[in-house]
Amino acid sequence: MWKFAATRIGMAIPTLVIVALAVFILVRLIPGDPAALMLGDSADAASLAALREQLGLNASLPTQFLVWSGHVLQGDLGQSISNRQPVAALIWERFAVSAQIVLPAVLLATLVAVPLGMLAAWRQGRLTDLALVATATLLLSLPAFWMGLLLLMFFALKLGWFPVVGFVAFGENPQQALLYLVLPITTLLLHEIGVILRMTRASTLEVLHLDYITHARAKGLSEMTVMLRHAFKSAFGPTWTLLGLILGNLLAGVAVIETVFTIPGLGRLLVDAIFARDYPLIQGCLLFIASIYVLVNLFVDLLYPIFDPRVAAS
Amino acid sequence: MNRRSLSFWLGAGLVSVVVVVALLATFWTPYDPLKLDFKTRLAAPGWQHWMGTDELGRDVLSRLMRGTATSIRISLSTVFLATFFGVLIGALSGYLRGWPDRILMAINDALLAFPGLLMALGLLAVFGASTSGIIIALALAYASSVVRVVRGTVLGLRERDFVRASRVMGNSETYTLLRHVLPNCIAPVIVMATSMCGWIILAESSLSFLGLGVAPPAPTWGNMLAGSRSYVSQAAWLAIFPGLAISLALLGINLLGDALRDRLDPRMRRRV
Repeated sequence: MWKFAATRIGMAIPTLVIVALAVFILVRLIPGDPAALMLGDSADAASLAALREQLGLNASLPTQFLVWSGHVLQGDLGQSISNRQPVAALIWERFAVSAQIVLPAVLLATLVAVPLGMLAAWRQGRLTDLALVATATLLLSLPAFWMGLLLLMFFALKLGWFPVVGFVAFGENPQQALLYLVLPITTLLLHEIGVILRMTRASTLEVLHLDYITHARAKGLSEMTVMLRHAFKSAFGPTWTLLGLILGNLLAGVAVIETVFTIPGLGRLLVDAIFARDYPLIQGCLLFIASIYVLVNLFVDLLYPIFDPRVAAS
Repeated sequence: MNRRSLSFWLGAGLVSVVVVVALLATFWTPYDPLKLDFKTRLAAPGWQHWMGTDELGRDVLSRLMRGTATSIRISLSTVFLATFFGVLIGALSGYLRGWPDRILMAINDALLAFPGLLMALGLLAVFGASTSGIIIALALAYASSVVRVVRGTVLGLRERDFVRASRVMGNSETYTLLRHVLPNCIAPVIVMATSMCGWIILAESSLSFLGLGVAPPAPTWGNMLAGSRSYVSQAAWLAIFPGLAISLALLGINLLGDALRDRLDPRMRRRV
């Protein structure tokens, strides 16, 4: 078990280094001179040269990478050009907002979709299965930003049950904050239910064909016991991996929902940074989201042996 | 008709409608999709304009048709590029093994460490928001998944008797790869490419919706939806039709993808 954990953590470190290198190179490929952008069109050659020196842009690329990595390790992601604030502080602030939408949505979607997916597999080929799979495929095919717009039009504009757009921090006014969060969370929730339900159904079907399930049934155990005690644990493994991928994908993907509901989240921060050509902010967001993705998947893999002990044993 | 064929025919039907609309729109639309007409601003759907008009009096149906053509063109070009390079790199990597495989896989795994849309956003910052920029960014972002699938398949095929037999008979490595290994990768690649069409349509419309796609006034499903946001209270049709178009296209591709996977991937066959 410990050996498995150590190997898996050992694999994540080079990945993080390569991710950092990729982000560093990518941002350097963006056309244009960061110094000229920071000082504006009216800057003279001398001040441009001074700023380039100060930003370390004159050093060789390997040196620049080492200096930058050193700063990143100390939690310093530089200064945003458009906001004139430290990039790390901006990212944390916006990450907290996005997490308030993404985490509850994925958690609720899992609680709904996993039992339904297992039910569909158990009733394979029957009407329940068909209805569940059809609903899941439909939910999967509705783009989240469209679903968000429809929910907004109906529940906020027509019925007036929820505020139309905006965001209130949870710390400021929890009741208001919840009202603002219901529609964005529901939007994301509906979409993810489709994804998770189909995955759980597929992996449960795979497990239900195995000999140990036939054996459990032959022992005379009730279907409920077979499904919950025997099938669930192995069937949940692939879904657990999928959850890690979903969480990581959503940190950037949630930008469209943040745009629909005008929520100041991390995805929107990155998109705005791209519009503003705010290099340090683009670099910080890319690095942060990609690292979270790697770390979430590391966490998911480390807990995987709970569902399938064979993974750690091998 | 069983469920598998229902899924196939429904999916194929929806996809065909989308493709026919896209083809038709390349040479005919009811109105000029770019023509402004301030006398008919925000007209509700009716006989004159079946899907209404937008805030500048442009015909929504014509814009939707042209948008379909744009989305399909971008999606197919991207899938073609991603599949071509994915198959090339995946096949070489899996077939050659040794150090070329290790280097290619290290780079590929690093690319896979980025969520697709994040990678596309980063690359768009480099290439700029244009049609070719989106195609390159999305193709690069999604090719690594094709590489993984093809390499896995090739590694499996390499040790099979018919591939060994080809080598024993004195056929060159290139001939064996092209004649015996690659044709057997077609099934997983078709399944992958079909799902990828869906991902790319969704990613392209998301980018357009965020303002990072094809620049207005050229219509795309995503930028039409983005433009509708300011008028949701007075002109719901502006938001409904483009979203419906994306959803039907995605539904068609998902159904078709499921049916193809069931049919072509033997591992999946018994799950149905």
